[in-house]
Formats: sequence, C-alpha cells, structure tokens
Amino acid sequence: MSQSSFRRLLRSLLIPVLAVLTALAIGALVMWLSGDDPIAAYKGLFQGAFGSKRGWATTIRKWSPLLLTGLSVAVAFQAGLFNIGAAGQFMMGTVFSVWAGIHFEGMPVYLHIPFALGMGVLGGMLWGAIPGILKVTTGAHEVITTIMLNYIAALFAGWTVYAGGSQGQKPGPLWDPAAKAISQTPPVVESARIPYIFGPPYRVHWGVILALLMIFLFAWLINKTTIGFELRTVGRNFKAAKYAGIRVGWSIVLAMMLAGALAGMAGAIETLGVNHKFAPEFGGSVGFEGITVALLGQTNPFGVGLAAFFLAALAAGGAKMQFDSGVSTDIIQVINALMLAFVAAPAIVRWLYRIRKPPKEEEGVPKISWGGG
Amino acid sequence: MSSATKFKRTSMIGLGIAVALLIISIIVNLLPLPNDSIWKVLFGVSTLNFTLRATIPLALGAMAGILCERTGIINIGIEGMMLAGAFAGFVVKVLTNDWPLMASLLAGVTAALIAGALMGYIHALFSIKFKMDQIISGTFLILLALGLTSYLFNPDWVAEGKFSSIAIPVLSEIPVIGDVFFNNPPITYTALILVVLLHIGLFHTKWGLRSRAAGEHPRAADTLGVNVNFYRYLNTTLGGMVAGLAGGFLVLEAVGQFQEGMTAGRGFISLAAMIFGNWMPFGALGAATLFGYTQGVQNALLLAGVVNIPRHFISMLPYAVTIIAVAGLVGRVRPPAAEGKVYETEGSSE
Repeated sequence: MSQSSFRRLLRSLLIPVLAVLTALAIGALVMWLSGDDPIAAYKGLFQGAFGSKRGWATTIRKWSPLLLTGLSVAVAFQAGLFNIGAAGQFMMGTVFSVWAGIHFEGMPVYLHIPFALGMGVLGGMLWGAIPGILKVTTGAHEVITTIMLNYIAALFAGWTVYAGGSQGQKPGPLWDPAAKAISQTPPVVESARIPYIFGPPYRVHWGVILALLMIFLFAWLINKTTIGFELRTVGRNFKAAKYAGIRVGWSIVLAMMLAGALAGMAGAIETLGVNHKFAPEFGGSVGFEGITVALLGQTNPFGVGLAAFFLAALAAGGAKMQFDSGVSTDIIQVINALMLAFVAAPAIVRWLYRIRKPPKEEEGVPKISWGGG
Repeated sequence: MSSATKFKRTSMIGLGIAVALLIISIIVNLLPLPNDSIWKVLFGVSTLNFTLRATIPLALGAMAGILCERTGIINIGIEGMMLAGAFAGFVVKVLTNDWPLMASLLAGVTAALIAGALMGYIHALFSIKFKMDQIISGTFLILLALGLTSYLFNPDWVAEGKFSSIAIPVLSEIPVIGDVFFNNPPITYTALILVVLLHIGLFHTKWGLRSRAAGEHPRAADTLGVNVNFYRYLNTTLGGMVAGLAGGFLVLEAVGQFQEGMTAGRGFISLAAMIFGNWMPFGALGAATLFGYTQGVQNALLLAGVVNIPRHFISMLPYAVTIIAVAGLVGRVRPPAAEGKVYETEGSSE
C-alpha cells in the first residue's frame, strides 16, 4: 500500500472512530449523571462481548442481522434513497421464511434451506419494492411510506401467528395449535434449519458466513457492474442520470428491491439459524440500527461490515453489563443514537476536536431531500 | 391574494372532511337507531370523541411540522420531540404529585414544552450550524428520545391524576356538537386555538411573511434584511415546543401515564397530515381529522365487535390510509421551495 492511500485510509477512519469514542464518552456521562457506574458498565459490556467463548459466539451471531440491515440501508443510500423500512422488510422476510420452514417436512436439506431462505429474500424484496414503486409512480416520499409499511408489516406478522381470541376470533394461518394461547408458530422443521458451525451452547451458524459473503457481492455489484454504476449515478446526480439515459425510475425500484432483499435475508437467517420459530416480539430495533451501521460504515460495504461487528459486540455485551453493573441495556440505544449523530455530522466532530476540513470528495454521507428531484 | 386562493382550495378539502363527518354524525345521532347499528358505530358521539382525542396529537404534530418546514427545515423528528415532551411531562408530574392537581399538571405541561423546545433547538443547531442532513438529524432525535426515555424510565413511577374536561357554558348544551367540541380538557382547546393562531400568524403577520420567505427564497429574504437563520432557529424551536405539547397531551390529558414508545408512530402520521394539508394549518387539521377518524373508527369497531375482521387488520387502517393519502396527493401539493437546503450568507461559506 502506498503511503498516500494509507493516509487516506487513516483519514477515512478518523471521523467514525472519533464519533464512536465521543458517543461512548457522552454515554458514560449520561450514566454517571443518572447515578450509574459507567466504568463497571463498560467493563461488563466488554467482558460480555469478548470475555469468553460464549461472548464471542454471541457477538458473531448478532453480527449477521446488523450487517445485512446495514447493507440494506447502504444500498438504498447509494441510490439517494433513505430506507427506514428495513424493520418491515426484515419482518416480511421472517414471515415468508418461517412459512417455508414449518411446512414441507421431508424435503431434502439441500433444497429446503435454499427454498426457505429464498422465500425470506422474496418477502423482503416485495415489501421493499412497494415504496420504490410508490415513489416512482406517485412521488410519495420513501421515508413516510417505509415507516408506515413497518407498522403494517408488524401487524401482518402478528396476525399470521395470532392465537385467536376468547370471543371466537379466528387464529392466524401460521399459529401453532400446540402452543395453546401463546401466539407463535410451530418449530421450523429440521430440514430447513441452517446448520451450526459451532453447536450449542455457542449456536454460531453458517448464515453468518452467507451474510459476510454479501459484503463482497455488494462491493462487486456497486463498483463493478452497470447496475451499480446506474444506482450510484442516480444517487449522486439525479438530473445527470436522467440526461445520460439511465432508467431512473427502474433504478429506484431496483435499489429498494435490493434493500428489501438484504433485510429479508436477515430475517430469514435469524429465523432458520437462531430462533427456529416466529413470535411477534422477535422484530426488535434491527431496522433503525441498520441506519447507524450504514452511516458508521460510510455506506462502504467493508466499513458496514466493521460497523456491524462493533454494534453486534455492544448488543452481545449488553446482558452481562446489565447483570454485572445494573445499568439498563437501554443505554446502548442512546450510544447508538449518538454515534449516528456524530458520524452523520462530521462538522460536529471536527468542531469538537479542532480538526481541519478535509478535501471535498471525502465527505461520504449522502444528501437526501423531500422533493425527490 | 395568492395565499387566500390557496387557502380556499387546500384548506377547504381538509375542513370539508371535518364538516362532512360532523353533519353525518348529527343526522345519525338524531335518528332512532339501535346502539349496535353499524351507523352508530361509525358515526356515534363516542366515535367522534375518540376521533377528536386521536386528532389532537396529530394536529399538534402537524403544526410543529409546518412551523419548521415553512422556514425550510425538514423535520421528521416530530416523533422524538413528542416522546421527549411526554416523558418530561410525566417525570415532572410524578415529582409534583403532592402539589395541588392543577399546579402539578401545569408544571408537567411546562416541562413538556421545555423538553420539546430543547429537541427543536438541537435539530436546528445540527441542521444549520453543523449542516447535518436534516432527515438524518430527525432520525437521530427519534432514536435519542426512544433510547433516553427507555433508559431513564422507572416503571414504579405513577402520575396521579390528569386533566379533566371543562364544559363550556351554553355551547356544551348543543346536541352532538356540544358533546364533541365544547366539553373537553384544556390541551384540546389549546390545540384547536393554536391552529387558528398559526394560520393568522403565518399569513397575516410580519413574522409569518418572513418565516415563509426564509423557506421559499432565502436569498431574496436575506437581501431584504431578513435574518434567515434566526427565523429557522426560532421556528424550529417553537415547532419542538408544539410537538412537546403533543407529548404532554398524551401523558397529562389522554393516558395519564407514560409508556415506553407511547407515541407509536403519531409523529410520522403528523408529517403525512402536514403534507396532505399542503403545509397549511387548516388543511393539516383536516387531514389530521381524517387520520384521527380512522383511529376512532378502529377503536369503535374493536369495542363494538360488530365486524368480523381480525383486529390486526383494523389496526392497520391509519397506516394504510396515510400511505394512500401521501401517494395520492404528492404532485398536487408543494413543499416550501428551499426546504432541506442549508442557507449560507454571502461570504460566510468556508
């Protein structure tokens, strides 16, 4: 590596690293002000994530959904779109894959796993296509539509496993009668479960490797293919893309479909590799965390991989932190939000640390606006 | 003049929705229908009361959005501002539980306003001074509010008492209209008055003219001596206060307690109401009424159990209507021209 490209690498790491450190420092301040012990908390957090084989296993297991939703948000950013809908796409991926996973008993493993995964990808992709199509045909802004679709997806998923009501309300189609009053699906059949690399108690599965492969697929697609070039052009300069004859509408729909597919894959991998069933509370905040991951990684696929690993460690260490120091895991959400702020506004970090403004092209965060044009 | 014709067109749609609802409801309530008839469920007084209660936070959220966006600052963080207001109002209400009820509630409202203003100021600071993408800054506010309120919330805290209805003499005696409009708690009245005040302020005062100029053509406004960024800071902070009041409404008037994530997407539906209403106060109020009505009907249908649709699908109504409204109306509405753009005075750019 030549010296100048090494320096450029260092400089591109500068803002994200300072953003993380500043967020951790402010997080500590918040804990201290509210009477918690930040040192004990961070110690517990670190030990929970890396202090044992089990901690490492949890960190790695939590890596894949964050990585995939981060890539989902990043691919939309590349085309100038803001995908706040990863949560809904994740949910649809979960529902589609759990449907494929609890049925088709007796299908050979080498068919069943790809089929169930593929259904998850399809579910996410279809859900992602809706805001894309709405934007192209009616101009409806994807920020509003994806958020509304998140709520609708969560309600739809809740209905599929609904246990029924006491006044004769019908149960949902994926509900497990053996679970009685609990709203959840039956377990995913053996042939659709993603095999473990390290079995219980570690439960690290091959889905993590699949997710990591997506980093390379993403990098190849965005940087080396015509499709990727078109997406980036639409994202950088909408008018120029139109003038150059790029099918702008199609690119927008495609970007949202890719975003949905990645988030849907995240849902499918969690279902077939970790949970082996679905209950309505499995959604979590994975969609919003994807935004932080994508921006912390500067929408670069390898950066997204690193950022996702870091957030996975925070998530993995949370339980031990709460157990050891009594600090609620909710503080991690605060730290995530602060990281998002500092990495999205390099000006704050530069102002805090008195860093001079770099040459123009290195400010990596894309701009989005209401108007769509 | 042009603002007057614009007012006619977009605000009339919005107000039309509200008035049509009311007329149908008056007819339905005067007819001798059984209580479980579908008409009574869809247009009964209790459905309209639900509707108004669901409309108020949406209307306040939309007013917050209009305040910010008319000066050129996109605000998708209303949800976070509401949640911060709700939490601050709740905490102060709990701390002052042993004060006289009204004093304690007013202290809660004040706290909600301050928390909202603070969130608004942060949004303005990030958007203007640090040139952060305004949509990402809004997302940050939402995540910060969700995280901080969950972290600081203690489920053992209990707020004692909430605002009760004040019947307005004479007016509250009118059938149907009196029951719906003139027998409400104070924040509801305040919100409705605020809509009128905001309309007058935006279109008939110097402040309004300058605010709108900052959002439509900041360069021209600057040339004429308007301090563009001052108006952006001011209105975004005021918008935060109004959103905080919406949160205060949820805790101090509607529910009486705080729940984690209790805003449940209302901030986003407010945004849709603002767009639907073409960034006009009365238009947005009408749209908020429409969205509020879908929530009111949802509650009425769930309570009455007359329709055999799973509750999940009934609960989707407000979100689905929002998508349809946004998809059906964009293109016919127009956001302020300079929205989302950082304004730098000549020579001040680095």
